[in-house]
Amino acid sequence: MSAVEVTQVNKIFNAGKQNAVEALVDVDLVVQPGEFVSLIGPSGCGKSTLLRLIANLLEPTSGSILVNGKPAKQARIDQDYGMAFQQSGLFEWRTVARNIELPLELKGWDKAKRRARSREMLELVKLGDFAKHMPWQLSGGMQQRVAIARALASHPKLLLMDEPFGALDEMTREHMQSELLQICARTSTTVVFVTHSIPEAVYLSNRVVVMSPRPGRITDIIDVELGSDRNEDTREDAAFYGRITAVREALRGVEMAAGARGIEDR
Amino acid sequence: MRLAWVTRVVLPPAVFGLVLFGAWELAVVVFNIKPYFLVPPSAIASRFVDNADLIWAAMRVSGANALIGLLLGAAFGVAMSFLLLRFRALDEIVTPLSIALNAIPIFVLVAVFNNMFAITSEVPRRLMVTLVVYFVVLVNVARGLRDVDATHVELMQSYAAGEWKILQRVRVPNAVPYFFTALKIAAPLSVITAFVSEYFGGSQNGLGNKITSNLATSKKAEGWAYVAGACLLGLAFFLIAVAIEAVSTPGGVGEPGREGG
Repeated sequence: MSAVEVTQVNKIFNAGKQNAVEALVDVDLVVQPGEFVSLIGPSGCGKSTLLRLIANLLEPTSGSILVNGKPAKQARIDQDYGMAFQQSGLFEWRTVARNIELPLELKGWDKAKRRARSREMLELVKLGDFAKHMPWQLSGGMQQRVAIARALASHPKLLLMDEPFGALDEMTREHMQSELLQICARTSTTVVFVTHSIPEAVYLSNRVVVMSPRPGRITDIIDVELGSDRNEDTREDAAFYGRITAVREALRGVEMAAGARGIEDR
Repeated sequence: MRLAWVTRVVLPPAVFGLVLFGAWELAVVVFNIKPYFLVPPSAIASRFVDNADLIWAAMRVSGANALIGLLLGAAFGVAMSFLLLRFRALDEIVTPLSIALNAIPIFVLVAVFNNMFAITSEVPRRLMVTLVVYFVVLVNVARGLRDVDATHVELMQSYAAGEWKILQRVRVPNAVPYFFTALKIAAPLSVITAFVSEYFGGSQNGLGNKITSNLATSKKAEGWAYVAGACLLGLAFFLIAVAIEAVSTPGGVGEPGREGG
């Protein structure tokens, strides 16, 4: 059973009206369990829309989406996935621990069980000493780690991430990428990851899905094949640069075709 | 730590106040200012002590009107905010109206209310305070309930939470700092409205009446003593609002819209 199965999906915003926008056209994508797949492309290519369709925060205009073998809506109701955004989205009136416990609270877990799990998740993201802190007492990178801990709190098989490191500085960003890989390996979580950074996509992913705008569609899927034990040395590896070049060329094709901008080359 | 707080936070305004009163006292003496023009702070202070019972009685009348109006206005304002959230169409009618009404000096309406009730009734004044507080609370709390972080809402939806859970876990906590901001504005405003309302007739028992009647009969120092009482009352209301906020928001959630970082 695939983790995510997107079949012939179309998404038109304001369908039938004058300001209708074709956000996604004929999208097919299958993500296998344990895979790390990045969606990359210029602004307006529909990568965030595709992620929200998988999360069932949006409904497709046509086509079908299965998550863990069930319709996306059922998967959302069953909380089969965790989600993290560019803004950490922490609730500023809750402590760090109670932020992580929120999804569990809504699942009806009792307090002792929630406490134990939030402690476990805080250890996982190396913030064991910060359970009682308020979110604003934490740095941006730490807040994002809490957001990841919260997304993984109910041990979902699937993690959906929308540019989660986009607001972080380069050093913190690279550090967070390595940590995310470790966490996913330890918890064998499948990840669909939206980014507009080429090195980030290559470093993290098994496959990079290249998308193009107007209308949003998948133009290329690039296998990364850098093996499973990636570390800081990987970033200086010739193979790593090779894959970056491959993704860049695929994106350049997109850019030539659409005249679009908005890809980070760092 | 505590000493540092005293020297840094308490001392500067206290010194400034003392200097101001000192300069005032000195100016009255040095320039030989006549008491019908300006009375020295020392005279006000001694009249304040002499008339403490009367001032306290007047403060209780105005204070009770302000307090009752404040509580009723806050309660109605909060209730209406929830109604507006539930019925968006109503919101589009009421909110612009509330903002417009907030901009005009509606407390003159007290003259109309005075006509509706008995001449000795405190109801018109309380009604007036209620109305003024109501709009302040409504405008702020309604915004707090509505302007929630889009990421928070998406997260809640990803947890399969419905509107009710989103209200409970996102909108209400988000509106709490807005409510306290409204309360801090409304508390002194309720006192001001309570005694300005007294200028439009009715019983001659509140601070507003005492100030005018004393000044009109050339009892300047007494008039000023009642002004001091009015200042104390307004300050007390503000401090109570601040204290309630401090007690009910542990962890120090600050002003609305404060970012978590």
